[in-house]
Amino acid sequence: MTQSAAGSPSTSEPAARPPDSSAYLAVEQSPDFAVLRRALRRFVFPMTVAFLLWYLLYVLLSAYARDFMSTGVVGNINVAMVFGLLQFVSTFLIAWAYARYADRRLDPLAERLKERVERGEG
Amino acid sequence: MLTAAVSYAQETTSNTARNLTLVLFLLLVAATLWLTIWASRQTRTATDFYAGGRSFSGFQNGMAIGGDYMSAASFLGIAGIIALYGYDGFLYSIGFLVAWLVALLLVAELLRNSGRYTMADVLAFRMRQRPVRTAASISTITVSIFYLLAQMVGAGSLVALLLGIREGSTFLGMTPDTARLVTVVLVGALMITYVAVGGMRGTTYVQIVKAFLLMCGAILMALLVMWAFRFNLSSMLGEAAEASGRGSAFIEPGLRYGVEVPGDSWQTFINKMDLISLGLALVLGTAGLPHILIRFYTVPNAKAARRSVLWAIGIIGTFYLLTLALGFGAAALVGAEAITAQDPTGNTAAPQLAEELGRRYLGGEFGGALLLAVIAAVAFATILAVVAGLTLASSSSVAHDLYANVLRHGRTTERQEVVVAKGAAFVIGAISIVLAIFAQNLNVAFLVALAFAVAASGNLPAILYSLFWRRFNTTGAVSAIYGGLLSAVLLVTFSPVVSGAPNSLFPEVDFSWFPLSNPGIISIPVGFLCGWLGTVLSREPADETKYAELEVRSLTGAGAH
Repeated sequence: MTQSAAGSPSTSEPAARPPDSSAYLAVEQSPDFAVLRRALRRFVFPMTVAFLLWYLLYVLLSAYARDFMSTGVVGNINVAMVFGLLQFVSTFLIAWAYARYADRRLDPLAERLKERVERGEG
Repeated sequence: MLTAAVSYAQETTSNTARNLTLVLFLLLVAATLWLTIWASRQTRTATDFYAGGRSFSGFQNGMAIGGDYMSAASFLGIAGIIALYGYDGFLYSIGFLVAWLVALLLVAELLRNSGRYTMADVLAFRMRQRPVRTAASISTITVSIFYLLAQMVGAGSLVALLLGIREGSTFLGMTPDTARLVTVVLVGALMITYVAVGGMRGTTYVQIVKAFLLMCGAILMALLVMWAFRFNLSSMLGEAAEASGRGSAFIEPGLRYGVEVPGDSWQTFINKMDLISLGLALVLGTAGLPHILIRFYTVPNAKAARRSVLWAIGIIGTFYLLTLALGFGAAALVGAEAITAQDPTGNTAAPQLAEELGRRYLGGEFGGALLLAVIAAVAFATILAVVAGLTLASSSSVAHDLYANVLRHGRTTERQEVVVAKGAAFVIGAISIVLAIFAQNLNVAFLVALAFAVAASGNLPAILYSLFWRRFNTTGAVSAIYGGLLSAVLLVTFSPVVSGAPNSLFPEVDFSWFPLSNPGIISIPVGFLCGWLGTVLSREPADETKYAELEVRSLTGAGAH
């Protein structure tokens, strides 16, 4: 395979000026890229572990802690209902927090590095 | 005398509803076909066909993702499960929502930056093209056909039910069986047309229209339900629990999933494992579904991909919250007895609720007929949008992965690739129609959960290792995909959903030995393990330069298509 892209050479739509692989390699080994990589992973990996555990806790409680889940909270609303609604709340909040983090922290770093690759510098 | 009058009145209502439904179906078909033709005029290049010219906004794509994702199984299925089993339907919907965080945090943007048209673009980026693309394509087609088949078989019986065609009656001279066949063929023909004529643009428009209709219908019905209970969630739950005849158990987990069998601790254990296994497949499967992944290519950049997932989470989350009102509303206002009389699986709970709400709040019998017809049309739009997305994902993979890259080693023209993709849409559509006709009387509802399990076990490990693990290599990618795919499919083949139980696919025979209906708890770790073992055992060094390119490109968007 000679082309740099994942796709086939059959289709048009080339990047304005396809960056060569040396520029990618140089950027990948640059300290700035390490900062971006760390910034991304520092947010998404722990957050993924956290929401998966939180979801798993909910499923496990639904399977094994039915007495606890059926405890009443207000009127006919029980712990199970509150727990389920909290899964919605946490999903919305995590999505919002990630969008904010990515807009503020990741995008500026990514944009600068992208320009460097496209100018062909390391 | 009175009975005769009542039955005459019911007959007239169902005739009004049926005629209105038919008119709305035809309007919907006309509107979507018009959109498709309009889209086809804007579709010239391969990028137009596969990715809608990457011209959709984050909001438009978010709507389309909602339209692609919320299948009839979500709309009618979850409302039905809540109506019949209460809380467990809600539990089911939560997995479908939380799953979007995996897509948002780990997959959407990186995939958008590094891929072009298909899932395989990312998986094969730094690997040997042919083996990885072949594996990814087989997995894409398998997942899509499973999902497609479940939708189409469902569509057949559903449309017959929505049009009110019951056993012993006829519609335009057709018996229910004929009507089901005609529906399957029509739905198949429509999805082929959307894809072959309109490509990704046409499919996207259909999905946006569907998402809009679905949200409007669900909001309207939920408002009417909440009105009926004076906007008091607690009293809705209370009345639903009372009407169900199961009391407070109805608003607690355990009637449908993880059922406790008194005196049979083994079966209780199996049922609970099954619940956890299903939960895992739901939450990890979404980010590996090919028809969802290709939607990220329809926006101009990674930031727009992020926006589209945010919109999708908002839309899908809101929808599942509304489903809560629909399901419990149906339990309280329609009642399980009336629902199961129409359809034992509960799929008609939402349409029946619509009829009841219309009758109460929108002016008597005609209002009931009208709202029933509207919701039936929404359900029909739901089916059409999802099957179109699935057909597009699999035909794109046939053309771009199997034909252009595996068969022709990348030596094709853009025009040839699109022609093959359109041809593939016909072939895949035709195969699905035939399979759906053969499967018409089989219980294929398990195929949706199986599609999620395969996506979580084969596709997701391959995608995550590709994006985040430097050492991952061709053998690892191929092992992850085949390992996850085969373990999920084989375990289900030898499970009670295929044989050995009264509600199996083949109830008369018994070759089952795997006790769980959902393979995820085994097959997902197997997929990840295969990817890891394949990589470390093959001793094939990863391509450092290509990994550098993939990593920089996926994180920054440099050189992205």
